[in-house]
Order: sequence, then C-alpha cells, then structure tokens
Amino acid sequence: MEYFLELLLGGLTRGSIYALIALGYTMVYGIIELINFAHGEIYMIGAFTGLIVAGLLTMLGFPGASILAIALVCAVIWAAAYGYTIEKVAYKPLRGAPRLSPLISAIGMSIFLQNYVMLSQTSDFLPFPELIPEFGFMKGYNSIMSSSELVIVGATILSCIGLTLFIKFTKLGKAMRATAQNRKMAMLVGINVDMVISATFVIGSSLAAVGGVLIASHVGQINYFIGFIAGIKAFTAAVLGGIGSIPGAMLGALVLGMTEAFATGYVSSDYEDVFAFCLLVLILIFRPAGIMGKEKTQKV
Amino acid sequence: MSNLTQDTSQQSAMSFFLTAGCDSLPHALKKSFLAAIWFVFLTFPIMVIRVDTIDKTVVWRWENMAYIALSIFFGSFVWRWLLARKELEKDETKGETKIEALLTVIQTTPTIKFSLLCLIAVIAVVAPLKFTFLGSKLQFFDLYQTNIMVSCLVYVVLGLGLNIVVGLAGLLDLGYVAFYAVGAYAYALSNMHWGLGFWFALPLGAVLGTLLGVLLGFPVLRLRGDYLAIVTLGFGEIIRLVLENWGEVTMGPSGISKIARPGFFGMKMSIIDSTIYMYYIMIGLVIFTIFCVNRLQNSRIGRAWLALREDEIACQAMGIDKMKTKLMAFALGATWAGMAGVVFAAKTTFINPASFTFWESAIILSIVVIGGMGSIRGVIVGAIILILVPEYLRDFAEFRMLLFGAIMVLVMVFRPQGLISAKRKIYKYKASNTASAGNE
Repeated sequence: MEYFLELLLGGLTRGSIYALIALGYTMVYGIIELINFAHGEIYMIGAFTGLIVAGLLTMLGFPGASILAIALVCAVIWAAAYGYTIEKVAYKPLRGAPRLSPLISAIGMSIFLQNYVMLSQTSDFLPFPELIPEFGFMKGYNSIMSSSELVIVGATILSCIGLTLFIKFTKLGKAMRATAQNRKMAMLVGINVDMVISATFVIGSSLAAVGGVLIASHVGQINYFIGFIAGIKAFTAAVLGGIGSIPGAMLGALVLGMTEAFATGYVSSDYEDVFAFCLLVLILIFRPAGIMGKEKTQKV
Repeated sequence: MSNLTQDTSQQSAMSFFLTAGCDSLPHALKKSFLAAIWFVFLTFPIMVIRVDTIDKTVVWRWENMAYIALSIFFGSFVWRWLLARKELEKDETKGETKIEALLTVIQTTPTIKFSLLCLIAVIAVVAPLKFTFLGSKLQFFDLYQTNIMVSCLVYVVLGLGLNIVVGLAGLLDLGYVAFYAVGAYAYALSNMHWGLGFWFALPLGAVLGTLLGVLLGFPVLRLRGDYLAIVTLGFGEIIRLVLENWGEVTMGPSGISKIARPGFFGMKMSIIDSTIYMYYIMIGLVIFTIFCVNRLQNSRIGRAWLALREDEIACQAMGIDKMKTKLMAFALGATWAGMAGVVFAAKTTFINPASFTFWESAIILSIVVIGGMGSIRGVIVGAIILILVPEYLRDFAEFRMLLFGAIMVLVMVFRPQGLISAKRKIYKYKASNTASAGNE
C-alpha cells in the first residue's frame, strides 16, 4: 500500500512538472496553431539560468531561501525574454506562410538552442544545488513524499489557478481568448494581436522556467538535452488533454505522470519513455482531439 | 556620365541596405543598437558566466559579450535588409535568379545537359581509382576521401527518400531514422544469425522498411501535419529505446560488430578494394534512386502527392484517395531508408543504437529543407554541402548542429524553397498546334 502511495505521489509530481511545460505548448497552439518545438529548450534555458544564478549567489553567501527566490525570478525573466525573442525571430516573419514552414523553423530553433547552450556551457551533466529547503513538518512523511515534491506540486497548483484566473478575468486574458477564437476578427475589434501573441509566449516561457528550476533542484542535475524529452512529454500531455485547452493540459499532464509512474513502478523502468510515446500514439489514433478538446471540422 | 549613374545606383542600393525597414539612418542605427543591447542582455547568463558548483569557481567570459554585441549590431542590418527585400519580391512577379536561369539553360539544352552529365559520370567513376595519365600518377580520392564520399552518398539516398515524404507529399516525418535503423539492424542480425549476404539483405531491408512504413503509416496518416510530426518523432524514439533495452536480441547499447562487407562473387578483397567497391555500389544506388524518384515525381501518383501537399480538400474533391496516396509516399520513403540502413551497416561493419538518434533525423531533414524541398538536384546539393563541408572543416565540427539549426530557421524565413527550388512542370503547347486545333 505504501508502495502504491509512493507511486501515486511520484506520479503527481511528474504530472505537475509536465503540466507547467504543457501549459506553454497549449497556449501557443491555441493562439497561432503552431507546435512550438523550442518550448522544451526554454525550459532547459530556465533551468540553466537558475543554476548559474544560484551558483553565483551561493558563492556570495546568500541565505538558502532567498537563493531559491532570486534564482526563480531570474530564470523566469530570462526564459520569458528568450520566448519573446524566439517568437520575433523565428515565427513572426512566417505568419501566413504554409503550415510546414513555421514548424520546420521551430525545429531548427530547437536544434540551435540546444547546441548554443551545449557550446557555451558544457555537454556534461551539471550538479544542481538543492535549493528547496527541507520542511520540519514533512519529517514523518519523508518515505512517501519529500518536501521538494510538495513544493513542486504546490507551485503547479498555484500557477494553474493563477493562469486560469488571469485568462478568465483580465483584459489581456480576454484578448487572448478572442485571438484564439478568430485572429482576424480580434484585429478588427482593435486587439493588438502581435502583442497578445508575444504575451502568450512570455507567459508560457515563464511557467516553463519555474518548472525547469524546481525540477532541476529536485532531480539534482541538468544538461543541455533535458528539454528534448521533457518537451515531447509535455506535448504528449497537452495533446492528451486536448491541445489548446488549458484545463485539458493540466488533466493530460496528470494522467501522463500517473501512467508513467505506475508503468515504471509495476512493469519495467527501462521502458519509461516508451510508455509515454505509446500513450501519445494511441491517443492520437483513437481520440486526436484529446480528452477535453473539441472535434474541429476542417474548413476550406 | 554612365559612371555617375552607376555611382548613384550604388549609393541608393547602399542606402536601401542601411535603412531597410526604417525611416532614416539614425533610426536604423538606433534600432540596431537596441537589438544589440537586447541580445547582450539575453545571452548574458548563458554566454558570459560559467559556474562550477563543485569547485565553487566562476569563469567570466566578457569577450563573448563583445562578440555578441558586434555581430548583432551588424547582423541586424542584414536581417532588416533581407526582410525588406523579401517584402519587395512579394510585390514583383517572381523572377528567376541568375543561378536558377543558368540551371534552366542547362536543363533545357540537351547538348550541354548530356555533356555535363557525362563529365560528372566520368569523374565519379574514375575518382577513387589510381591511374596514370600523360605520365603522371593521378588519384582524386584517397581511402579517406572515398570513405567520406560513401557516407555522403548514403545521405543523398536518405535525403532523396525523405524528399518523397516531406518534399513531394508534404508530410513532416521526424522519425525517418527509425526506418534507417530497421534496415541496418535487419542486415546486422540476419548476417549474425544466418550469415545472410549483403545482396540478399538489401531487398530485405527495403521490404522491411516498406512494411514498417505501411504499418506505422496506416494509423497515423489520418492525423494533421503537426501531429504527424510528433507521432513520427515519438515512433523514432520508441524504436531507438527498444533497440537499446531489448538486449537479448539487439545486443543493447554495445551494438553489433563484425558485420560482413558486401561480397563480389566470393572474391576476397582488401579494405581499400572493398571501400572502392562500396563506393561503386553507392553510385549505383544513387543513380537508381534518382531514376526512381524522377519517374515517380512525374507519374500519376507523383502529381497526386504534389496536389495533396498543396490542398488536401481540393485534392479529395478531385477524386484522389488521400489515405492511399499518403501511405504510398510514406512507405516509399521508408523503403529507401531501409536500403540506406543496410548499406550503412555494411559500410561501418558496426552498428549500435547511438547511430540512430533524433539528430540523425534532424540532419536528414535539414538536407531536404536546406537543399530545397521537392527538388532532386536541391537535395543532392544539400547532402553534399551539409555532409562534405563539415568533414573537411573538422575544426568547426562542434558548431555543425548549431549552424544547421540556424540555417534551417534562416532558410524558412528568407528562402522557404531552399537553395535550389523545385521547378513546377509547365506544359507548353506550340502556337501552331493550338491554332490548327482551333480551326478543326
């Protein structure tokens, strides 16, 4: 029973991380119908920025909790800046081009960013300092859930609630929903569509950066390649829930995290990634619209 | 006088370059300056600082900051100029560039075309051989270069195969390397267990590739373009992970070694001879591939692919079976990957799953994209540039993938048709024919 509980909570943690990344995918897809392949790389860059800032602050002798806060803020700022720039450089000039063009551009961007980080930092695994403090009240439950897992799950829940409220009630959120529904019409009613798209990239990237720093601190090591697998899995989660739908992405991420946790726990840990990909293939074949997505008919 | 007009035209070209997309020169300078500042900020943590958390040391690389600032400042002029030029081209009727015009001349004049083809053929045939010509010993390719040429030709075949899927049918396949791996493992395993020779394995690899292509294509080809990309990517990874973890059959990450080289009626060959033999096999395979792709492209099914790429719904309205056509493209693409895999295994005599990562798919895709989607000549040129240039510029080998990625983005933004664009087939009727047809 305890093993089951451990797997359940492990799945919850995994699912939370996937959710943070999947939200970026799903938001971008909802607005410009593009799979932002470089999104996984944003997550990786967020983790690297966090590592660099945390390393600097540790050497300067800052106290533990403030390091986490500053590293998180810096990671968010830079990841958002990268997201903004990528959109301006690689996707904006391609608006109105055939669908394949921005997709290939995105793949190129992803390859570029991975190698950029590899060449300017390192290709080895880097140890990531443990930034999340051990809570006193978690002492008794350490065998099932560590405090870093608690922080990850908590941060995800908070971000999801925040994002939902933001999309529902703010002016920018309303503009986003309008742009997602019909971009031309949104332009006609005076919405600055370019700004909305940029804002989407910035928000998605910030969430990915939060995920990057937290998971890196939890796992304890990073390298330039972490974004690739994380990106694909988060995309799987987004598709699972119905791409374009925000609650769908959260649900999909949770399902994917649980599936992976139980499959590796009860079947075999060698094939961890295979389960995720098989799940992706199966969903796309049997329910391409995802759990919460709407079936869309293609119009001429 | 003529000097003066040339001067002014040069001047206006210069000022167009400097102020493209801006009101005036100061405005352009300000824009470039801001871009430089922005990128310096952007790349600051990753490019400048390197922290070693174990030794607790920090390396500051301020010189990188200066490089970034300068290259972005000047690069932004080029960027804006290219963007402005692209905008201008959009309005004008699309004229051919000089290189394209030259290619058209070559293509349409039979004497030039055939003499050029003969020249290429002769060079390709004699290149790896040692021979004496007018008293001096000549050899274009030594063993090392022949080896590189063989791997380049493998990529030509792979590129042409993927070109059917991506270029002609417009299906983005990111797991192409899976079929390549299947071909390679088919030969390696059958050779290890049953001693199957290269010439039997080649069709076997092709058939297995096709079968797998149909098997995978059948369920996933109903998906829209970008979903297909992800599923094929996932599929490629599944194949690699299975190869890595299914140790009893595939020998796991350590791979399979001592794969037999291709034989020639049981003759014993030295390494040099068999490399040269491999080279000729590849030349033959490339010619066969070009022949097939060319015939396919101009056939009924090839035209159906192009139509499907341009507009699926209109295509279905014309009575083309979407599923069957797509499946055909997918399976045919996989066929060539399977064959190339067999050749790869025979060439290196050692394979392991590390040869079949996503990067391999990315390299093949960039060959097709950069060379020119849908254009046979483009893909060949792309493969030669992308594989040969990094081989000779070993010092820059680590920048290879960085450049591939950057070039992929730039090509998509500024020249979506690639280096050598595919030409639309135009049917021309002679005026007299139409006139007489009108009279009848």
